[in-house]
Amino acid sequence: MSIIVNHLYHVYGKDTSRPVKALDDICCEIGDGQFIGLIGHTGSGKSTLIQHLNGLLRATGGEIYYNGRDIYDKDYKLKDLRSKVGLVFQYPEHQLFEITVFKDVCFGPLNQGYSQKEAELRAFHALRMVGFPEELYYRSPFDLSGGQKRRAAIAGVLAMRPEVMILDEPTAGLDPQGRDEILEQISRLHREYKMTTILVSHSMEDVAKYVERLIVMNRGRIVFDGIPREVFRHYEQLEEMGLAAPAVTYVLNDLKKAGLDVDTSGITVDEAADSICKALKSAGKI
Amino acid sequence: MVREITIGQYYYAESVLHRLDPRVKLMGTLIYVIALFILNNILGYVFAAIILAALIKLSKVPFKYIVKGLRAVLIVLLLTISLNLFLTPGIQLVHFWIFTITAEGIKTSVFMALRLIMLIMGCSLMTLTTTPNNLTDGLERSLKFLEVVKVPVHEIAMMMSIALRFIPILLEETDKIMKAQAARGADFESGGIIKRAKAMVPILVPLFVSAFRRANDLAMAMEARCYRGGAGRTKMKPLKYRRADGVSYVLMAFFLAGVILISRFGTLPFEVIA
Repeated sequence: MSIIVNHLYHVYGKDTSRPVKALDDICCEIGDGQFIGLIGHTGSGKSTLIQHLNGLLRATGGEIYYNGRDIYDKDYKLKDLRSKVGLVFQYPEHQLFEITVFKDVCFGPLNQGYSQKEAELRAFHALRMVGFPEELYYRSPFDLSGGQKRRAAIAGVLAMRPEVMILDEPTAGLDPQGRDEILEQISRLHREYKMTTILVSHSMEDVAKYVERLIVMNRGRIVFDGIPREVFRHYEQLEEMGLAAPAVTYVLNDLKKAGLDVDTSGITVDEAADSICKALKSAGKI
Repeated sequence: MVREITIGQYYYAESVLHRLDPRVKLMGTLIYVIALFILNNILGYVFAAIILAALIKLSKVPFKYIVKGLRAVLIVLLLTISLNLFLTPGIQLVHFWIFTITAEGIKTSVFMALRLIMLIMGCSLMTLTTTPNNLTDGLERSLKFLEVVKVPVHEIAMMMSIALRFIPILLEETDKIMKAQAARGADFESGGIIKRAKAMVPILVPLFVSAFRRANDLAMAMEARCYRGGAGRTKMKPLKYRRADGVSYVLMAFFLAGVILISRFGTLPFEVIA
C-alpha cells in the first residue's frame, strides 16, 4: 500500500507561447502510514504535485502508481482514487455550500454512493474525529467562526474515509490557537487511525513539530527528502530557496559558531533547551 | 474549459492599434458597425472585409484568437442563417416538406451571416487591443455629455471596470471550487440535464458567497480610501489625443464615405434579382 511517483512532469499552458514547467522529473514513494511534510516556496509546484496524487490534474509525462496500479490506465476509475486519496484544499471553508454543516459533510459519502443512513453515520463519525462541537451540527456553515468552518470542511473530506489524507496549508489564515488546534487534531488522526498524511505548509515550526519525513520542493523539483532534522541541517540552502529552518536551528548554529559546543540537530524548542543545558553543563558553566 | 471565451479579453502586443486612444477605437467600432448596416452589395462587403483584415494584421493579434470569439455566438449565428434562409419570401428554388428556400433567402442569409461575423470580429478586435481600464476610461470620457441630463456616467464606468476586473478572478475561483468538489466525489460530467443542473449547486453557492465576500471587501477598501465618486476626481493617466488619433479619425471619415458611395453606386448588375 503506497503511492509511487515515477518521473512525473507537468507543464502548464503547453500550447501557448509561454509554457511553465511546474513539475520537473518528480520521483518519490509515499509509504503507508507515513506523516509527511511537503514544503516549498510559493510556485515551487507543491500544490500541483498534490493535485496529481488524487487525479485532479493529469501529468504531461510520467506515471503514478497507487497500490501498484497505474492511475492513468484506461480502466482505472479516477473517482475511486479520489475517495481513497482525500485532498483538503487551501481555505477549504470556501467549498461549503449546504444548509447545515451536517448535510455538507454528508456530500462526500453520498457521492461515493452510500445510502443516506450510511452517509449520515460517516458524517457523524467524521465530525467527531475533528472534534467539531455537537451543538453546531445543524447550524448553517456560513454562521461559524473561521476555525470551525475549517474543521467542518476537513470533516467533509474525512467522511469519505480516505486511506491517504492530503492537506494544503490547513492553517493558513488562522490565529495561533486555531492553528495549534487544527495541527494537533491532524496529528491525532494520524496516530489513532494510522492514516497516511501529507501536510503542505511553509511554516517550518509546524512541520518540525509533527512530521516524520520532510520533502522540500523548489522550482518543480524535489530538493531534499528525509527526516526533518537532517533536512534542517541544510538551513543555508533552504534560505536560498526562500525558505527557512525553525528559529531554534539558527540559535543553536549561532551558539556553536560563538564557541559553545552544542548539538545543533534539535528542531523544537524543548530539544534546543536540552542541548544547550547539556553543552553548558559539560563546559562547566552551570 | 472556462478559459475558452475570448470575447472581452485583452491580448497583449505592441501595435499601432494598441497604442491608439480608446475613444478613437470606440468611435471606430461604432462607425464600423454602422457601416455594416449600411452595406447592401457584394462590393461593399468585400471592402469592409479588406479593411477588417488590414486592421487585424495591424493589431498583431493572431487571427485564430479572433475567430475563437465567434464560437460563443455560433448558435445565434446558425439561428439567424436558418431563419433568413427559410422564411424570406421570393422566387422559390427548393421545396421540401415545410421548408422553402428562395433566392432572396439565400442572399439575405449570406449577407446577414457575413454582417454578424464581421460585427463580432470587429468588436472583439477592439476589446482585444484595449485594456479594460482604458476601455472604461474611454467610455467615461466619450459619454461625459450625458452628465448634463444627470446620468451618473462615472459611477457606471466604475461599475463596468470593476465587473471586468472580476471576470478572471471569478473564473479562477470557479476552477478552484470545481476541483475541491471533485475531490469530494462530485460528478459534473455524467447524467441528464436535471442531474447536471443539480450538480452545479455545490459550485454556484460557494461562488456566490465568495463573490459577495469580495464585493464587500472591495467596498470596504474603497471607503477606507475615501472614494466618493466622480466629482472633482483626477486621473493618474489622463487620456490625451496624439497625432495617430487625429489621423485615425480622418481615415474613419474616409471609410464611412467610401461605404456610403459603394452602397449607392457599387451594386453589380448580376446582383439585381428581378
